[in-house]
Amino acid sequence: MALSKLPISRKILSIGPILLLYVSVLNEFDFNYLNFKYFSFNFPYILIFYWSLKGEGSLNYVLVFIAGLINDVVIGLPIGISSLTYLLICGFAAYLRNITLRPSLVKDWFFFLFTILVTSSFFYSILVIFFNVKVNYYDLLFNVLYTFIFYYFFSFIFGYYLNLLRRTND
Amino acid sequence: METNRDDFIIAIRSAFLKKGTKQRFSLLVLLFVSVTILFLGKYNFKGINILKSGLNEIVYRTTFIISVPENFIKNTYYFTLSHINLYNDHKKLKRDFNALQAESLNNDFIISENRILKSKIDDIVDVSSEILAKVLVDKQSPFLKSVIVNRGSKDKVKLGMAVLDGEFLIGKVVEVNYRTSRVLLLSDLNSKIPVSIGPNSIQSILTGTDQNMGKLQYTQLDNINFEVGDQIYSSGSGGIFKSGMPIGKIDFIDDNNDSYILFHSNFSQLRLVKIVLYENLE
Repeated sequence: MALSKLPISRKILSIGPILLLYVSVLNEFDFNYLNFKYFSFNFPYILIFYWSLKGEGSLNYVLVFIAGLINDVVIGLPIGISSLTYLLICGFAAYLRNITLRPSLVKDWFFFLFTILVTSSFFYSILVIFFNVKVNYYDLLFNVLYTFIFYYFFSFIFGYYLNLLRRTND
Repeated sequence: METNRDDFIIAIRSAFLKKGTKQRFSLLVLLFVSVTILFLGKYNFKGINILKSGLNEIVYRTTFIISVPENFIKNTYYFTLSHINLYNDHKKLKRDFNALQAESLNNDFIISENRILKSKIDDIVDVSSEILAKVLVDKQSPFLKSVIVNRGSKDKVKLGMAVLDGEFLIGKVVEVNYRTSRVLLLSDLNSKIPVSIGPNSIQSILTGTDQNMGKLQYTQLDNINFEVGDQIYSSGSGGIFKSGMPIGKIDFIDDNNDSYILFHSNFSQLRLVKIVLYENLE
């Protein structure tokens, strides 16, 4: 029996995305030590959008909600704000899934841009208006831009993983 | 047209209201919970504070463990970089050492003279408590610049205490948990501290820029001219920090006459810091 057909491997593969989400919110892959001005991207946004769109329920919303709370604690944001943005991304992805008949990476990619622009606007507005926390607008804008660019590359990696996951379930 | 609108409503309803096969709650319920938490958090609801405090204790420790591989890569990067720059650093250090040797001869005399003068104006301040802390989490997000240290209320850390890297001021405590605390760095956009700019002791406010730099505010008076290289010290105004703690120096002045500060301490490489409380000796 191939290793990927074993029940335990199947289980591990199926929880892979949520595990990666938790590692990423706890670890914050930031590359800040490279000191690239304005360079940052939001890996959880990419992961949540992709797996909500393609993962057929492999991302549990409650776990996404808790990941958001953890992210707020790690970064030091008002608690609940990341959960809200993560769940909004889930909602946008679920909407796209419902209206899509023929999936296309480019369409997904641009819908992702629209999604992160909306969620980042929520994020910025809540922090600035509701909590009086100053946020550098340009940092946020570049963060959105890099997150958008990186989605394209990560979608190939996740696509490969998804195929592997589907093969083990067959 | 009517059909399109119906499709849109059905798709939205399905996305937000319908509970998926593998989901326990619909998205709308969880969105509502998030907004409620945010709202209650804003008004310091006790339950939310307890939840936050509990999460802090668990998450900070877990983050420290999970960050081990990334920290290893980060340290290796700095290690390699320091080897590449070894020769240039050595030349610079040699030059600085010669300059400092000359300066240090005068320092003892100036310190004792300063102490005498300060006693005349009742401004002697001293460290009343000093706690050494290890930086547990150094996740300087693009939006907030802060670090987590392994000392909390258990070790008598209090809100507002100054945090030093060696002798350099780097920030202040903004959140205290039982075993951990969050330090807001001077580079954060929300950090504002009163400073004094040498050599004429001009008073100003230092704010962060969210980059590894600070910026001077409220100093654009006609008769004030700073120069690149001027040293920045804490002014002690407001009684939070002791006066005279070195912070950084003016790195450049832009066309709008805004002065940008290069901090003495490298905030991306903090390992051990001192949390101190300054009080009047009397």
